[in-house]
Amino acid sequence: MTTLKAVRQRAAADAKTHGYFLNPDDEMLEPILKGLKRNEERYGYPTCPCRLASGHLESDRDIICPCDYRDPDVEEYGHCYCALYVNKEIAEGNAEVQPIPERRPQPKLEQSFSETPKSTTVQTTEPDAVTSTSKTNMKLWYCKVCGYVCFREEPPHKCPICQAKREMFSEIVLGMNWMTR
Amino acid sequence: MNRIKVEGKHKEHQVLMYAISTCGWCRKTKQLLKDLGVEYEYVDVDLASNEDKEAIKQDIQRHGGDLRYPTIIIEDRILITGFREAKIKEALGL
Repeated sequence: MTTLKAVRQRAAADAKTHGYFLNPDDEMLEPILKGLKRNEERYGYPTCPCRLASGHLESDRDIICPCDYRDPDVEEYGHCYCALYVNKEIAEGNAEVQPIPERRPQPKLEQSFSETPKSTTVQTTEPDAVTSTSKTNMKLWYCKVCGYVCFREEPPHKCPICQAKREMFSEIVLGMNWMTR
Repeated sequence: MNRIKVEGKHKEHQVLMYAISTCGWCRKTKQLLKDLGVEYEYVDVDLASNEDKEAIKQDIQRHGGDLRYPTIIIEDRILITGFREAKIKEALGL
């Protein structure tokens, strides 16, 4: 059985690792953490408390917290969809959380209503799901200090491995790309 | 379908909310309607039966919604998605 304390610690550690903060408003934070705990108990994994999960891992993988949409959402709006993770500005009280648009693609939202897992459909829509989640292109970034590589629109606020600053990240331009340009 | 009714002094409009039981924004919206004294009904979609879920999906989409929560349907014609305080007040004339 997961405890609320464990859920909080896990989220706090993840925020620290990635240069984010937990929502400073306890009245908002507490129900989100309770929601994560509840979802972990009923589904076996902690899906986003603000989204409908199907209960089928393959369909729900993108909304297991931290969800696939957290990084671009914190980048664009200052916080994730459910407002668990926030940026420094919000954490310090210089900005407020607001409801933000849903970045999860519509086919995935519909899939949450399915009674049975649709693994084939999921697999075929996966690449679309990745591209349609971003207004700009997803890129490969590497940390020039330790070599950590990630795939996202913007580099992380800090390296989760060696804690290097965002400025230490460079984009990886694959050889095939420039050869065909 | 198990609709939960919340009593309120403002009964002028028929208000239905589709929510997720664990959702913080849905919770804030429920609280807002309560504070405004609006009588409304809600369904926690994640707690509904599979049969009811299908009906909910169709109902939201029929009103032009896109399966995000909370979805508020006022008088069967106005659909508001999310904790949009100003929009909700405006639609309810409050």
